[in-house]
Amino acid sequence: MKEILMVFLALLLAGGISSAGAQESAPPPDTGTLVVTPAPAPPAPVTNLNAKDKPNDHGAGVVVTWPPSADDVVGSTKVFGYAILRAATPEGPFLERGRVPIGEGVFEDQGSLDEVSPDYMADHVDYYYKVRVISPDTTVYADSEIIGPVQSSGQWFNTNKVPVLIFVLCFTTLAIFFINHARRGANLFIRPLAGIEAVDEAIGRATEMGRPILYVLGLGTASEIATIASFTILGRVSKKVAEYQTGLIVPCYDPIVMTVAQETVKASYLDAGRPDAYNDDMVYFVTQSQFAYVAAVNGTMLRELPATNIYMGKFFAESLILAETGALAGSIQIAGTDEVAQIPFFVVACDYTLIGEELYAASAYLGREPVLLGSLKAQDYAKAAIMILAVVGFLAANFGWVDFVNLFNVPSN
Amino acid sequence: MSTARRTSLIILAAVIILFLVSWFAKFSAVQNTGAPFGISVRDGFYITLAAFCSLAIFSFLYKDNPYYKFAEHLFVGISAAYWMCVGFWSTFVGNFIPKVSRTLSDFFEVPFKSFDIFYFIPLILGILLLLRLSNKYGWLSRWSLAFIVGTTAGLNLIRYLRSDFISQVSNTFVPLVVDWKGIDAFFSDFSLAANGQFIMILGNWVVFIGVFCGLVYFFFSKEHKGFFGTASRVGVWVLMITFGASFGYTVMGRVSLLVGRLTFLFGDWLGLID
Repeated sequence: MKEILMVFLALLLAGGISSAGAQESAPPPDTGTLVVTPAPAPPAPVTNLNAKDKPNDHGAGVVVTWPPSADDVVGSTKVFGYAILRAATPEGPFLERGRVPIGEGVFEDQGSLDEVSPDYMADHVDYYYKVRVISPDTTVYADSEIIGPVQSSGQWFNTNKVPVLIFVLCFTTLAIFFINHARRGANLFIRPLAGIEAVDEAIGRATEMGRPILYVLGLGTASEIATIASFTILGRVSKKVAEYQTGLIVPCYDPIVMTVAQETVKASYLDAGRPDAYNDDMVYFVTQSQFAYVAAVNGTMLRELPATNIYMGKFFAESLILAETGALAGSIQIAGTDEVAQIPFFVVACDYTLIGEELYAASAYLGREPVLLGSLKAQDYAKAAIMILAVVGFLAANFGWVDFVNLFNVPSN
Repeated sequence: MSTARRTSLIILAAVIILFLVSWFAKFSAVQNTGAPFGISVRDGFYITLAAFCSLAIFSFLYKDNPYYKFAEHLFVGISAAYWMCVGFWSTFVGNFIPKVSRTLSDFFEVPFKSFDIFYFIPLILGILLLLRLSNKYGWLSRWSLAFIVGTTAGLNLIRYLRSDFISQVSNTFVPLVVDWKGIDAFFSDFSLAANGQFIMILGNWVVFIGVFCGLVYFFFSKEHKGFFGTASRVGVWVLMITFGASFGYTVMGRVSLLVGRLTFLFGDWLGLID
């Protein structure tokens, strides 16, 4: 009896299995029953994962690299991309830091050193990474092995900028050499610049007419190279103005620029032996709103009718408005800026224009001080070096000397 | 009363009447859109004031006049005060206080970040700058100025050296001949398209010669005579052609600014443009 029961159960079980197998292979019965299709196989996971501190950065950066998954091949649809996950411990929890498309094997996990930032990433702290190979069905994926610990840290020296260091050292050496040369009394030749020659003439004209000189330093901050050059020119102009006892008006856009300009003019009046003639109101702050500043300077031009307007420094959209109003007021106008987009406006509306680099040269030309002359000479030699490098690089590009060309590819960060 | 003064007063009266009429008309127009009374009055005033200030600034095209002076002084005064407030709230409250004091951060309702002693350096430099107001200690402000000018000049040296010097040099490394496939292919595929071989080769030549001759023009240590003179003249031509193109491009931008202002006057104010 027991044997009969066992055979019956075995037959029942065998019948159930065979009927289940028949259901899998047969088309789904039209009975509304739920049919579970098997999940697609996950893609091949990433192996040989690597993570290391991002080089030449200020910290909070880790570079994760990996060879592509075995399924990440042309024509395969098993891999959709890679997700990079990070955790503070090997056990997790792992949080996704970013994704990269198929075919790529590098991810820069760039966090923030700001403690209140949601992206905060502390330096010198252990992190663990894994790369997840994602298939088109995002629920199907394959994780790599966990790699770590890896720590991020900032570097004091950015090796990408070695070419910049070399150029700085070369330029500094040249500048020191020529400054010493000028200090020893060497006659350093600088070709005449029409715009600069006109400055003395314009100051003389203002003196004869009994009208003031308007000096505009532009919209740059005290840190702009053009503004710094303009301070030197202002020093020279104000010294002449003090000697000739002509009026000077310097409306300023930036309060720091105003402070430096006041110091410059004050020192020039002192040099000219006329400290009593200096008045702080000559150099005044207007506003830091671009067009309000322009409106104020335009009003000054038509009310004070300066004999000469000098625009030296950083200028933007206001350049033509200022220069046109000055021309309307009948003033002689001398302009200089390194803002390439504004030079055309000065060229058409001013009597003399210093183009870009000439503005820097003007400060040395007017001052004739050894430091400025030496710097200008060093700049000239740097330009000669550029010309030579341009010719050599031109040849390199044509003859395929890739190493030489790559020497000049300095990343911005 | 002189004739000129009487004329000025009549014009002023006319402007005031026009302003009030415009305000009322604009108020009515805004209220017709279903806006509450207070908002209609306010918006009507703002739009009318902006339109009259715009016209006052435009009046400078005729000549300097009291209306231009009014708009100018209003503009300068408001903007100076505005930027002072922006400086206080963004720099002092926004950047400085969250790094030095939790109590002050709570007072100004800004999130405290973390204490950073280095933030006292700009504070001290700022105080030194303000010492200019003192006759006795005014000289101390030069330390701040020296710091600002010196450090930023040093930082800019590196920035410009990379962007203007090294990048400029490397961008001049261009091939003389681009993707050369022979004379026959060159003429059979001849095209003036921007991505055509002829234009790309021409562009590279212009870049190289333009940079070289431009640099010669800015070389100050030698008289521009002989080869230098010729190269310098070519450099000036290159510069002037560039400036011409830049001029036209920028003028287009300025015209768009004018169009924007006219759109405000004819649309927002007069309602002539939908």
